[in-house]
Amino acid sequence: MSDTELKSGSNLEKLLAKGEFVFTGELGPPKSADVELVKKKAEFLKGAVDAVNITDNQTAIVRMSSIAAGLIALQCGLEPVIQITCRDRNRLAMQADVLGAYALGLKNILCLSGDHQCFGNHPTAKNVYDIDSMQLISMLKQMRDDKKFACGDDIRQGKKGPVVEPKIFIGAAANPFGGPIAYRPIRLAKKVAAGADFIQTQCIYDMDRFKKWMQEVVKKGLHEKTAILAGITPLKSVRMAEYMRDNVAGMTVPDHLIERMKNAENPSEEGEKIAIEQVQEMKEIEGVKGVHFMAIEAEKTVKDFAKKAGLLPRPEV
Amino acid sequence: MIVAEQKPLDEVYEFAKKYKKVLIMGCGTCVTVCMAGGEKEVGIVANQLRLKAKENGDDFVVDEHTITRQCDKEFFDEETARKIKAADAVVSMACGVGVQYSAEVFPDMLVYPGLNTKFFGTNVEQGVWAERCAGCGECVVGDFGGVCPISRCSKSIMNGPCGGSSDGTCEINPDVDCAWQLIYDRMDKLGKLDELEKNQPIKDWSTARDGGPRTVKRDDVKL
Ligand code: SF4
Ligand code: SF4
Repeated sequence: MSDTELKSGSNLEKLLAKGEFVFTGELGPPKSADVELVKKKAEFLKGAVDAVNITDNQTAIVRMSSIAAGLIALQCGLEPVIQITCRDRNRLAMQADVLGAYALGLKNILCLSGDHQCFGNHPTAKNVYDIDSMQLISMLKQMRDDKKFACGDDIRQGKKGPVVEPKIFIGAAANPFGGPIAYRPIRLAKKVAAGADFIQTQCIYDMDRFKKWMQEVVKKGLHEKTAILAGITPLKSVRMAEYMRDNVAGMTVPDHLIERMKNAENPSEEGEKIAIEQVQEMKEIEGVKGVHFMAIEAEKTVKDFAKKAGLLPRPEV
Repeated sequence: MIVAEQKPLDEVYEFAKKYKKVLIMGCGTCVTVCMAGGEKEVGIVANQLRLKAKENGDDFVVDEHTITRQCDKEFFDEETARKIKAADAVVSMACGVGVQYSAEVFPDMLVYPGLNTKFFGTNVEQGVWAERCAGCGECVVGDFGGVCPISRCSKSIMNGPCGGSSDGTCEINPDVDCAWQLIYDRMDKLGKLDELEKNQPIKDWSTARDGGPRTVKRDDVKL
């Protein structure tokens, strides 16, 4: 595919277009203006991942903005995926941020509903939810493809100004196991119809259920219209496994994994081993185009993991 | 109905004790039905205030009165006017509309809210009321099997559910139904699941509070 046929020309898009099995990571901005920490985390991830999600006030806790942290990551040589939640901004702020992000060279945006503010450190805040994540996807697609704002105005300064639209590679999230379970593939189809170029899933432990979900996805032909990246987060302890099973919407952690964690001499190593096996398995599943690795607040472990999983070196574009 | 809850007695007391004579004024409509500010509750609050005043050695008189509707001029009759004028201040046990309307009818009178107005909702079981409408100004529940995603989904998602829906409950609290599970179930029952495959466009919020304070004007009923 030549560059002119690409929607955004982001590295992520190019790698997917080339048919590479992509590996994306995550970088959580600091709860401060600590630039050095962003740089340090970026250094850990450099060369280990194809693109890195920069979270947006993750779990409703105030952090450095995803665009600012994303720019620092970009300057450090990473390709950021800017996350935008619908919780904190209305359509005006979102579109302004999308123009700004693109102007700074940020080419991938992931559209999310966002965790409710009651989970974070400002539970008394007013939430926005002017538009939802589905509508955010459509809005970005309209900005990119129709070169129009949500209101229908052209993306140009004045009548004679050039039309300069944000050429964004549009991402969205999917929780294959949220409720109502039968509706989940339909909702994914809606996201694809809205314009999601790639999908990152909630972290997966139950491979059997995931495979069934992927079968539905393939049956609907969605895997051909969007790139599905399967979420993986290594288990660190039995407690974490049980927490995930009991507290995360729809998530199941199969008993045999909990047993493995329980019997392991070093549960953290065992968790890593399980995750590596998952990566191999993901490569074999029809329609899965890569892995999204969420090493929550453990960016420094990613390169080592990628190496052990046989994912290094990352392909050049 | 408009659902409201009584303010803590201490808060009302702090207000009332600043005056010599306070009128506790109830409303006979929504807040009577939701058992927050009807004649019965007015009697209880008035008695509690009197008792507390006695305990504290504060000296003020508490009078009681309830009218059919505090949001309607026609119910402010002569007796009501007399009682209000005889007081130094009024604690309105109506919803926020009634509180303001009482103050509009009697601009010289200080009117203090005795209730916290919560939402438009219904009584789902004895002692439990739940929100059903956010007054968005353009009702869309017809597209969602009669369940309102604006007021009942914690994120007002028009293309739900979000990833937090689990076992029929919302991510914010296992005691809260996920509106989108309800929508899904209703549409399923009605045989209209295919309608949920449609992407709902961005909503026009100008008809909601976001458009500024709203008025309804109807030429057909204007005098
Ligand atoms: S759609 Fe609007 S008017 Fe209809 S019930 Fe919901 S909030 Fe109320
Ligand atoms: S869990 Fe359901 S009700 Fe709660 S925010 Fe998500 S979609 Fe809305």
